[in-house]
Amino acid sequence: METLLDIKDLWVRFPSRHGVFDAVRGVSFTLGRERLGIVGESGSGKSMTGRAILRLIRPPGIVEATQINLEGVDLLKKTEKQMRDVRGKRISMVMQDPKFSLNPVMRIGDQIMEAYRLHNSVGKAEAYAKSLEMLEAVSIRDAERVMRAYPHEMSGGMGQRIMIAMMLIPNPEIMIADEPTSALDVSVQRQVLDIMDKLVKERGMGLIFISHDLNLVADFCDRVLIMYAGRVVEVCEAARLHEAKHPYTRGLLNSLPRLDAPRDRLEVLQRDPEWAEAPSVSGRVA
Amino acid sequence: MALANDTEGARKRAPLPRWLTTTLKTIGSIAVTMLGLMFITFIIGRVMPIDPVLAIVGERASKSTYDAVYFQLGLDKPLIVQFMYYLRDVAHGDFGISLLNGHQVSDDIRRVFPATLELASLGVIFGVVLGVPLGVVAAVRKGSWIDQLARVVALIGYSMPIFWLGLMGLLIFYGMLGWVGGPGRVSIFYEDIVPRVTGMILIDSILDRNWTVLKDAFSHIVLPASLLGYYSLAYISRMTRSFMLEQMNAEYITTARVKGMSEWDVIWKHAFRNIRVQLITVIALSYAGLLEGSVLTEIIFSWPGIGSYITTALLSADMNAVLGGTVVVGLVFVLLNVFSDLLYKVFDPRAR
Repeated sequence: METLLDIKDLWVRFPSRHGVFDAVRGVSFTLGRERLGIVGESGSGKSMTGRAILRLIRPPGIVEATQINLEGVDLLKKTEKQMRDVRGKRISMVMQDPKFSLNPVMRIGDQIMEAYRLHNSVGKAEAYAKSLEMLEAVSIRDAERVMRAYPHEMSGGMGQRIMIAMMLIPNPEIMIADEPTSALDVSVQRQVLDIMDKLVKERGMGLIFISHDLNLVADFCDRVLIMYAGRVVEVCEAARLHEAKHPYTRGLLNSLPRLDAPRDRLEVLQRDPEWAEAPSVSGRVA
Repeated sequence: MALANDTEGARKRAPLPRWLTTTLKTIGSIAVTMLGLMFITFIIGRVMPIDPVLAIVGERASKSTYDAVYFQLGLDKPLIVQFMYYLRDVAHGDFGISLLNGHQVSDDIRRVFPATLELASLGVIFGVVLGVPLGVVAAVRKGSWIDQLARVVALIGYSMPIFWLGLMGLLIFYGMLGWVGGPGRVSIFYEDIVPRVTGMILIDSILDRNWTVLKDAFSHIVLPASLLGYYSLAYISRMTRSFMLEQMNAEYITTARVKGMSEWDVIWKHAFRNIRVQLITVIALSYAGLLEGSVLTEIIFSWPGIGSYITTALLSADMNAVLGGTVVVGLVFVLLNVFSDLLYKVFDPRAR
């Protein structure tokens, strides 16, 4: 499989008054034209990993890695200005809650057109046509009305589809979806995922799907990294997640209620301090 | 049955267009506010232990003179009737006669208010033009030397007494360097040269194309205006900084960065757009504060503005002048509020 992204030994550190806090500790993985899931609890470093790839960690945060190669070119060696050509155009990101990730005082149309025109020198009319097309691609009927509307007039599901349209419009190769459905009603989660999945597949993109929802990731992804305390503790095929060996993964799986095997009492995850100390498992596919 | 008829009637009536109901509501709320303001100031003015008759006739007047004036002023009538008379007069633009100088209070206000308006407007422009960018830069470069500098500038603005800064300014820039004009609105030989149109000498001299007077008036206003501007700069820049800090942590800022936007555009096209509403409140407040007239500045610079006018009137128990001044200042406050409400709706779709 062709490798889009190759990350070796990624660290994200935040110096503070009480010493340095390491949010991500030596994570390595590759991403091809596949759907890679990153699962973990809050604070496990999964979101930080996504943001570090786009070099969006703001000072005083520090990103270190042997390499973050995008098709053979190290992103860490790029200047800030060169990074801007990567962001949006080659790697983009959908965030958790469209209520906060869309600018509340700008028309939706302007925000989508802006995303397109940042990377394509075209006029307003062309950008408008392209945006309409993109909105229709994420199954938004009445796209012209939505273009004129403001984010607060949209529901969560609509907002997230708009977000996907906005992030896909410059035609990137990689999309990072950071808990894209966690803020949505369960009833629209599936719908949004299906739209995202369809578009990512059609375009042959690589997808990094960050979530805390094991079942969702197992269903939706090809490969899964399980993160704990800033490290990858286990890597496995999504379809074989139930065969996972690491006690943390097992613990997570056992703490989920199952319709087919009801239990009176769910297991409580017993944490072993050794998990945090063990070296990170590599998710690289040579 | 009656109920059914009522709803029928209501349905037949065409609904008023929305802009019209909004306008009517706004006018109504202005009227109610002003009425309340006038009522309170009027009552305070009348219950004060100052005898308005004595203030006019003097202590040595005979009983008959005293009584004549007493009845002429309508003081024998109940307070509420007196208030009605006052309202009627105000509606005709008549605030009564100033006891101090015998002028119509309305004429006095027409003279002093433009002086304050001119000074306050220039001051607030100064404060906004320098304060907003300073606040934005301080927020974006939080903790840098420029943030520290902005902090010091604001701290000095907050803590230095204005009369001291004013006197020092006069001493240095007028007395020693001679860069600016001294106290007063224009030099004495330029007084009353340009015809009065707005009462603001800067504008009147432009209308008259009298550039000499314009230059002279500007050299007089620049020091007090920058002084007032400095104080609003201190406030505006601090507030801008905290508004911006809040927005820069918002998730839509990350979105803008993910799109591949330059930091400059992220700041001005996205973050700044979201603080406009809050900024308007702050600017309107500091403008309204300046329009009340800044007594100390007006006294130091011999500026014949509304602040020193009301203060002088108050000290000599000239209640007509005090009431008139208060009503005008109140009206300015209310109008500024209405105007900033209007701007909210322009800048924030959620407020529409």
